[in-house]
Amino acid sequence: MDENVYIKTGVTNVPDEGGYFGEYGGRFVPETLVPALDELIVAYKEAMADPEFQHELAHLQTTYTGRPTPVTYAKRLSEHLGGAQIYLKREDLAHTGAHKINNAIGQALLAKRMGKHRIVAETGAGQHGVASATVSALLGLDCHVYMGSVDMARQKPNVFRMKLLGAEVIPVESGSKTLKDAINEAIRDWVTNVRTTFYLLGSALGPHPYPMMVRDFQSVIGTEAREQIVKEAGRLPDVCIACVGGGSNAIGLFHAFRDDKNIELIGVEAGGHGIASGEHAARFADPNMGRPGVLQGTRSFVLQNADGQIMNTHSVSAGLDYASVGPEHAYFRENEIAHYTVATDDEALAAFQTLCKLEGIIPALESSHGVAEVIKRAPTLPKDAVILVNLSGRGDKDLDTVIKELGMNV
Amino acid sequence: MMTSKMTGLEAIDAMFADTKEQNRAAFLPYFPIGYPNYAESIEAIVGMAEVGVDGFEIGMPFSDPLADGPVVQAATQIALENGTTVRDCIRAVRELRARGVHQPMLLMGYLNPILAYGIENFVRDAKAAGTNGLIVPDLPPEEGVLLAEVCHREGLALVFFLAPTSSNERMELVSKQASGFIYVVALTGVTGVRTELPPDLTDFIERLRKHTDKKLVMGFGISTPEQARRVGSLLDGFIVGSALVKAGKEGAAKAIELATTLRQALD
Repeated sequence: MDENVYIKTGVTNVPDEGGYFGEYGGRFVPETLVPALDELIVAYKEAMADPEFQHELAHLQTTYTGRPTPVTYAKRLSEHLGGAQIYLKREDLAHTGAHKINNAIGQALLAKRMGKHRIVAETGAGQHGVASATVSALLGLDCHVYMGSVDMARQKPNVFRMKLLGAEVIPVESGSKTLKDAINEAIRDWVTNVRTTFYLLGSALGPHPYPMMVRDFQSVIGTEAREQIVKEAGRLPDVCIACVGGGSNAIGLFHAFRDDKNIELIGVEAGGHGIASGEHAARFADPNMGRPGVLQGTRSFVLQNADGQIMNTHSVSAGLDYASVGPEHAYFRENEIAHYTVATDDEALAAFQTLCKLEGIIPALESSHGVAEVIKRAPTLPKDAVILVNLSGRGDKDLDTVIKELGMNV
Repeated sequence: MMTSKMTGLEAIDAMFADTKEQNRAAFLPYFPIGYPNYAESIEAIVGMAEVGVDGFEIGMPFSDPLADGPVVQAATQIALENGTTVRDCIRAVRELRARGVHQPMLLMGYLNPILAYGIENFVRDAKAAGTNGLIVPDLPPEEGVLLAEVCHREGLALVFFLAPTSSNERMELVSKQASGFIYVVALTGVTGVRTELPPDLTDFIERLRKHTDKKLVMGFGISTPEQARRVGSLLDGFIVGSALVKAGKEGAAKAIELATTLRQALD
């Protein structure tokens, strides 16, 4: 690895009091929500300092989510690629099948502590919606999930799951009918019912304190993985890889490694049909459309046209199909704490199949973008190099999409 | 009445002085540029100016209007589909001035298109076209320091919001930062027509008056002459948006008709 291209600058104890990660982050919301965010900041700080809250969170993580999730050595994949040794952080094995539960449990406990029993959430792939519905059932909360109608069509099993779990799923027909529009509707609901309602935001996005809070609840991924990889591989990894939609699984993994100057962190955005096609969700990779801007409460990289209108995005994976990215990722990129690359739909679908066949693991299409980068990187590294990839979720929910994309007859 | 020697902000102050003299509240219609098309939006605003409304909130469309209800969302979506840009909205203000609209006009739009245009350029061009001020619903004062500085320098108003959820401290902070007037959100929620105003409105306004001496203009949920009279008796002004937008769906005439009714309710 060329050490000169990888200089981690910038302090990593972000955000500041105003919720800024360098130039990114902040709180760009209607005034009606400002008091709710202020209240949330106070409640969150108190909860995190309260040993009882921490105990309850840790207890549920162990006895309900099934943490720690293992780190699995991908022996056949490593041999097949003929380079670095590959290890998978198995968030797909967490209850509900993805990392989203880590944050959902944390925020739901906080909601309960704040006396707010009505939960609104947005969902893209449905994994956060399922996690929110699950913890709402567990804690006796009233859960309402906004989901774009396009996403509902491509993630049907998750829609059914949420309904079984007692949540109301509200179809969103505005805009591109995907994650961004679901967030708009969830915020509109929150602004209307702000006194009684907790907005359980699913990614490291939105106004302060959400990017910080979601990161903190997800950082269990990296904290565990750091210990586990030393046990399994005998040392720390050379490279950590994770897919980046809003970026919660990636920030959760990266955080434990953010100060290690010799560990490369790579986030993988959705390249869709390729950057040149304009049909993608690659905020960092497309210099024409991806520029700093403000969307849904936070300043970060945003896919927008010259007039500042937000672009429609495309990805085969609903969970990466979003026009902005968590502000901490923008900060990590600017300060070279992490690097960002893309995987196209086709590369993700190929990686999906490879992991199925070689490891007996069906990854989520989101996570398959991370695996696609592993397939590119591993052969370029020596055999004693170690790659850790976050397998953020399992792919059962994606079977319909994959069958269609691959033209399979079942 | 506005004269060319006044700054944007001074013309807004003059508007309130006029309405106060007439012992009534100011009526500021909201109407988006490019809806139902560019020409009709211009006609609607010219027509409303002619029937004596006091000022305007000129809507600039945004793809993700998260403070707006279904009616304004749909209207601004149509405006975008018609190809309406920020530049078009500034051009519209210039055209409206040329058509004889003398009332204060505040451009209302979300932050990202303004950032994409460039804050300095936007304020300069908007002012040159005859804009009096800006209303940016996703910009609380903490995030609006730079825009506030530029507006202040150019003599434009930068309107901030207060809501029923606002604490007393928040009221004082917003009062310090706001210029022109404070946009008082009548209820927790998004823009849109409501059959009834919230019952605790009087308490809310009393609390506001204790913490600010700025002009207070209420919006969100006002659509009928009765509501206009009630709100007008309590505050310095009010904004009607969704009801006018709904009326203006087929063209300017119906929107002008409703604006006329609302204006007459104040006499």
